[in-house]
Amino acid sequence: MDFNYSETQTMLRDTLRRYLADTYDFDKRQAMLRMEGGRDPGVWKALATDLGILGAALPESAGGFGGGPIDSMVLMEEFGRALSVEPYIPTVVIGGNALLATGGDHADLLLPAIISGEVVIGFAAAEAQGRYNLADLKTTAKADGSGWTLNGHKAVVIAAPYATHYLVTARTGGSQREASGVSLFLVEANAKGIVRRDYPTVDGFMASELFFENANVGPHALLGAEGQALPLVETLVDHATVAVCAEATGAMRKLHELTLDYARQRKQFGKAIGDFQVIQHRLVDMFMEVEQATSMTLMATLRLDDPLRAKWVSQAKAKVSKGARLLGQWAVQTHGGIGITTELPAGHYFKRLSIIEGQYGDVDYHLGRVEAAIDAEMRQR
Amino acid sequence: MDLAFSAQETAFREEVRSFIAENYPPHLRGLQEEGEEMGRDDILSWHRILAQKGWAAPAWPKDQGGTGWTATERYIFSEESARAETIPPLPFGINMVGPVIYTFGTPEQKAQYLPGILSGDVWWCQGYSEPGAGSDLASLRTKAERITEDGKDYYIVNGQKTWTTLAQHADWIFCLVRTDSSVKPQEGISFLLIDMKSPGITVKPIITLGGEHEVNEVWLDNVKVPVENRIHDENKGWTCAKFLLAHERTGIAGVARSKRGIEKLKTMAMAEEDGNGQPLLMNPFFKRKVAELETDLTALEFTELRTLAGEASGKGPGPESSLLKIKGTEIQQRITELVLEAAGHYGAPYFRAFGHGDNQHPIGPDHSHRAAPTYFNMRKTSIYGGSNEIQRNIIAKMVLGL
Repeated sequence: MDFNYSETQTMLRDTLRRYLADTYDFDKRQAMLRMEGGRDPGVWKALATDLGILGAALPESAGGFGGGPIDSMVLMEEFGRALSVEPYIPTVVIGGNALLATGGDHADLLLPAIISGEVVIGFAAAEAQGRYNLADLKTTAKADGSGWTLNGHKAVVIAAPYATHYLVTARTGGSQREASGVSLFLVEANAKGIVRRDYPTVDGFMASELFFENANVGPHALLGAEGQALPLVETLVDHATVAVCAEATGAMRKLHELTLDYARQRKQFGKAIGDFQVIQHRLVDMFMEVEQATSMTLMATLRLDDPLRAKWVSQAKAKVSKGARLLGQWAVQTHGGIGITTELPAGHYFKRLSIIEGQYGDVDYHLGRVEAAIDAEMRQR
Repeated sequence: MDLAFSAQETAFREEVRSFIAENYPPHLRGLQEEGEEMGRDDILSWHRILAQKGWAAPAWPKDQGGTGWTATERYIFSEESARAETIPPLPFGINMVGPVIYTFGTPEQKAQYLPGILSGDVWWCQGYSEPGAGSDLASLRTKAERITEDGKDYYIVNGQKTWTTLAQHADWIFCLVRTDSSVKPQEGISFLLIDMKSPGITVKPIITLGGEHEVNEVWLDNVKVPVENRIHDENKGWTCAKFLLAHERTGIAGVARSKRGIEKLKTMAMAEEDGNGQPLLMNPFFKRKVAELETDLTALEFTELRTLAGEASGKGPGPESSLLKIKGTEIQQRITELVLEAAGHYGAPYFRAFGHGDNQHPIGPDHSHRAAPTYFNMRKTSIYGGSNEIQRNIIAKMVLGL
């Protein structure tokens, strides 16, 4: 057993932390969110070219550094600390792993373009009725003479307004929630028949509702085997889940630091509110959640290839989501009135953490997966 | 980073597992599980076997009689011990006074006391709490006054200690006593080792909620203690006390034992029905509680592993161990809560009322017999070793700098 970062991973963390501290402080971030399109495209370009870190978690054969999920974890913690709105999870974690798993021309062409920052991917899996069930799909794909034709509505696709490609789940067979019949498609964002409705999210990202209206995406859009994509999609989402846990961990740690600073400075009844035991114990409870979130993120990242992956990932997300809620709510409470304004960073961390709670599955969903693991264990006895 | 065990570590696990299988006394198997009150020799028996193997004190430095194991090996050892439900060596010698003696003691003191602690021949108990000094330990009032008699220096100790676990079996007690009342409370305390056979010591049982005689009052009435029984300088006892509490907290997380506890809870909840014809464990409400418990235990486990990795890289047990104490004891308590819930009706019968040798048992299934007493008993865990509120104070001060 070894819990130490490699030299490369330490360097990666330091490089990104320094860059974000210089270019992504609170005021600069707020200014970026007000830019045309809701973001500064220069940041992603800088991550790709100046820092060269988008390939850290991708194999050398694709032009990456040969790292893996731990490297993504390191980066995501920093993105979380800085409250970054960059599309690392959909593009590198989900997109990169989808291409690695399915290979072929798409992978050869697009992986280097992900690393160079030219390709940005939106993950169009969720549908309004399906909640977190990845198999609950109404979107369909039909083969016709000239390729695949997609119809359906995908919900809250992060980064979709500026993505170059979408990864889309759709039914090529089976009934609405059946495991088989799910297929995965890689489509160009400007394909005919894809209608977008763009909007900002409450936590500063840009997203879209995507409507596929007889969108003909060509014969090569199918990734992997037709109708057999669900296990791959689940793998991709599990990778994304631990990555968002890492993001939450970084955000929680930073928010705890901010709240601690505030409790030291803010005076009431003639002394710093951090001198009151009730505030101290709250800050300790927050600290314990941060530490446990760190532990769970590490645990699940290291177990992404474990046979019980679903159980470990879901334990992590359930724990991190609960911690994220506790941190956010208590940070606001400790800040008092100023905590519910947009003036201090704390409120913005609260917003992001509140949305992370539900991303890739909320507490109830993930505890359900932990229970499924208990069922399986009992059947084996 | 890597979670995998090396070939060497896997071989070590095999070695531990087969050593336990071959050497654990058959008559002790399951004894603890059934919650029988065990005699002194039963409690010490496994400790003594481990001592012969050189495994009694995994966390001690090798030159003091420890094992020299890595953090990972200690983790493996505790997992295997929990798996086999061995009776662990008593904490008072190995985890508490031993490290104080090898850290602050003189060469003579080390030579006198450490062998008996390691071998399990000498039973220690802890004289910290007093009726008026619980969480506010530094306010303790048991007094030690220095006298000279026939050219030798002694302390005359008067006062009362309480919550003294298993003092009824103890050979020695380590005590915090007041040697100076004129200074700040923390600065007038000394750390004394006292022979329990000394004239003037009286042990009175305290019966706890499950009917157990586990803790005691220890009265000290003009007890004469040679000055050379003092560890560290006079009035430096608080340094020893704080050091001991930090050591006590490592391993207090009890991860491996809690894992085993959850396994047994699940077995029990599969055997119980929920009133709708399905196993209780398959009841959505109950199952959710078990899932949350397992989740929290994983979080504790990996927090402990991270702490151990930090210790391996040279950091001693620090205030972070307070986190392990808080979360570890919360989980231990939740397991016993759910066991009592799972027992349903049969949580109620009071088996101690049957008297010794009664063989009208069983009433209700075996797994429910100890449910309530164990639940009652485990309330102690968030109170002892520095209550969980005190642990939060420690983190606030030492980690958060408040």
